[in-house]
Amino acid sequence: MTAPKPESWIEVRPTGLYVRPGDFHVDPTRAVGRAVITHGHADHARAGHAAVAATAETLAIMAVRYGAEPEQAKQALLPGAMLSIGDVSVTLYPAGHVLGSAQVLLEHKGSRVVVSGDYKRRQDPTCAPFEPVPCDVFVTEATFGLPVFRHPDDRDEIAKLLNSVRMFPDRCHVIGAYALGKAQRMIALLREAGWDRPIYLHGALQNLCDLYRAHGVDLGDLRPATAGQKGVPRDDFKGEIVLAPPSAIADRWGRRLPDPVVCMASGWMRVRQRAKQRGVELPLIISDHADWDELLQTVEDVDAPEVWITHGREEALVHAITATGRRARALSMVGYDEEEGA
Amino acid sequence: MKPFAALLDRLIYTPSRNAKVALIAEYFRQAPDPDRGWGLAALTGGLDFKGVKAGTVRGLAMERVDPTLFAWSYDFVGDLAETTALIWPERLSNRAWPGLSEVVDRLSGAQRSEAPEIVADWLDTLDATGRWALLKLITGGLRVGVSARLAKVALAAYADAEPAEIEELWHGLEPPYTELFAWLDGDGPRPSLEDKPVFRPAMLAHPLEEGEIAGLDAAAYVAEWKWDGIRVQISSRGGETRLYSRTGDDIGRAFPDVLDHVTFEGVLDGELLVVIEGEVRPFNELQQRLNRKTVTGAMLKKYPAFVRLYDILFDGREDLRALAFSERRNRLEGFYARAAPRRMDVSQVVEFRDLAELEALRVSSRGTATEGLMLKRQDSPYVAGRPKGLWYKWKRGPLTLDTVLMYAQRGHGKRSSFYSDFTFGAWRSSPETGEDEVVPVGKAYFGFTDEDLKHLDKWVRDHTLHRYGPVREVERGLVLEVAFDSVHRSPRHKSGVAMRFPRIARIRWDKPPGEADRLETLERLIE
Repeated sequence: MTAPKPESWIEVRPTGLYVRPGDFHVDPTRAVGRAVITHGHADHARAGHAAVAATAETLAIMAVRYGAEPEQAKQALLPGAMLSIGDVSVTLYPAGHVLGSAQVLLEHKGSRVVVSGDYKRRQDPTCAPFEPVPCDVFVTEATFGLPVFRHPDDRDEIAKLLNSVRMFPDRCHVIGAYALGKAQRMIALLREAGWDRPIYLHGALQNLCDLYRAHGVDLGDLRPATAGQKGVPRDDFKGEIVLAPPSAIADRWGRRLPDPVVCMASGWMRVRQRAKQRGVELPLIISDHADWDELLQTVEDVDAPEVWITHGREEALVHAITATGRRARALSMVGYDEEEGA
Repeated sequence: MKPFAALLDRLIYTPSRNAKVALIAEYFRQAPDPDRGWGLAALTGGLDFKGVKAGTVRGLAMERVDPTLFAWSYDFVGDLAETTALIWPERLSNRAWPGLSEVVDRLSGAQRSEAPEIVADWLDTLDATGRWALLKLITGGLRVGVSARLAKVALAAYADAEPAEIEELWHGLEPPYTELFAWLDGDGPRPSLEDKPVFRPAMLAHPLEEGEIAGLDAAAYVAEWKWDGIRVQISSRGGETRLYSRTGDDIGRAFPDVLDHVTFEGVLDGELLVVIEGEVRPFNELQQRLNRKTVTGAMLKKYPAFVRLYDILFDGREDLRALAFSERRNRLEGFYARAAPRRMDVSQVVEFRDLAELEALRVSSRGTATEGLMLKRQDSPYVAGRPKGLWYKWKRGPLTLDTVLMYAQRGHGKRSSFYSDFTFGAWRSSPETGEDEVVPVGKAYFGFTDEDLKHLDKWVRDHTLHRYGPVREVERGLVLEVAFDSVHRSPRHKSGVAMRFPRIARIRWDKPPGEADRLETLERLIE
């Protein structure tokens, strides 16, 4: 018996990727009955599903974000352990994106599809590394699906930051970083580079840093970046590193910082005009997504004859994959935010 | 190349002047000789590579990259040099980066046909930042927000020297400025200025504040008109003549009508003006001739340049700067009578009995091509910079207009969380619909206190209509009283007018926006 074609049992619906023989969605973009969730970023893990299967870490992140959701049936999956949902076997494998992030292997009557969610291939001290899983269809994002996106070595970017801290001892360096994943990775990279001073946090980052620590990720001495005397910058922040969500820096919250050097940690910082538009003074090209070379390398590694691209710069990636003799198709899904977390 | 690439990469994002100075000074500490001298030349606009154009760069990229992917990438990035730098396929290479001096030497010695291959070889060696910096450097125009003046200030900061000392040597030296660095580092003698028409740092005036007028010993001062052109210095020695701006930029190439007839040796200080049949024309006409590398015959005819002389620093090779102003003034008149230079005259002394009379003269001067008066102590030597108590500028009171706030942009550094750059407009009836609309007439980011700024920022946040990146468009709901020195026609602006030195004079929280001024009011103030 030949295996069914993947498009005969997986479909793109307005609610997201729907797996018909199991009657569930992967990373649905709105509340549904049953969902398998790849990772805890808000555009992939939404509130209000009746039943959720994900890694224990992802479930914990969702609980921090959305509260306990007592009505919800939750199932924690270990990486590599198989779960049957209807006529489909579901197995999770690490995606290397953020703590708890997973790829979803879907098997149905001998047909194998991997939904990778968001992933990266670089070493990251805060999460398990990506594991290539051979499959018939590899479903990938293409946030950085242009050949201009090639992330440099993280260590050089951190060295650039520490060099700037040394050059401007009378200023405070504030790093705009997404609350889940990027913030903790930045802290871990700074610790690896030998920065052992306290790192100060915007309140919105505290809970997720605590959660990472509870899962055994050592982040060193973290302190709240509370305001000082009303309307006056905190002089004791001079020479220090502060982390905050990007939106807070331009907001009134930022006034507690003495003459800040505004830094931003994101793969988008590779393009100068993008960085300038955001008023960034020190761009740090550090991304939790695969860059162009890694997108293509991953397709080679999983050796799938067909690739589906969920969102991002799909046309360029389709073009490049097709040139290697594989089939590639843009799903043009909406609802995945590719700005802040990248 | 590495320190230079890192420097450019920081400068392009750094808005603060002090931070730029610190970054450039650090570069002079890090980079070796003669690379840092070439870096200084690049920052001061003194490097020009003729063989490499945008087309060369595109051609190189096309040889290495899928054209379809290049086109999509270029659409996304929007800059050819940057797209090429980012997309260039990297090869693992252990070769050392070329030094800046190697880049300069090889490219300037190469045939035009050899340049692309040399550049491609470097692109294979560098990383993305290095490639970007190299392409910016060799295709001309760094555009990293650093003026030649700022680079020299940074050099002074590096060596703990006075910027004036560097200015004075600058035009006698050539890249890569090895002698200059040796002297600044204490490893060599001061470079010699013999036989070179160098720039002598200019003496500047303080604004005369209202509170100081009464205490001024009027009899000790000479008054002159403050002509509304640009301060220049004519420096001639050893058969060469230069025209410098007051910051030491060589602007002579655009002003052959002044320079071609110089036969004297010496250094003169004056005001560059457009003068037709003895009449000084408005600043706007001079503006047509500024910031150009060359000049057309038509412009020479339409806007003939002229220098009104204020002072003499060198007569022949005799340095007069230590003499008192009144003595230099005699020497200037003697020089003028003797040399009779064409397209120049000597600024008149304004006679006055007392300050009251002078005040009346100052007020009555509106509508002339002056900005007010200069007061110079008779015994003042010519001192570089802005020494206290010697020279004053006493400008006419500014013009004002009640405008409507339209857009606000976030500032930088200390102001990065404040909306602190304000675009304001005046009412007019729309040429299309005939209905009243506000059209932008200027932009200002100073004139208010920190306390005002907090209130303005809050108002902007509470009355936003649209957001465009760092800019917010606001409701037409707040009146700003704007002060400015003058206004002139400008086809580049939608309103057709542009203000000189606009600043926020008062925030009119009390005034209904419908009662703000109309564009016609502003147009009547054009001189």
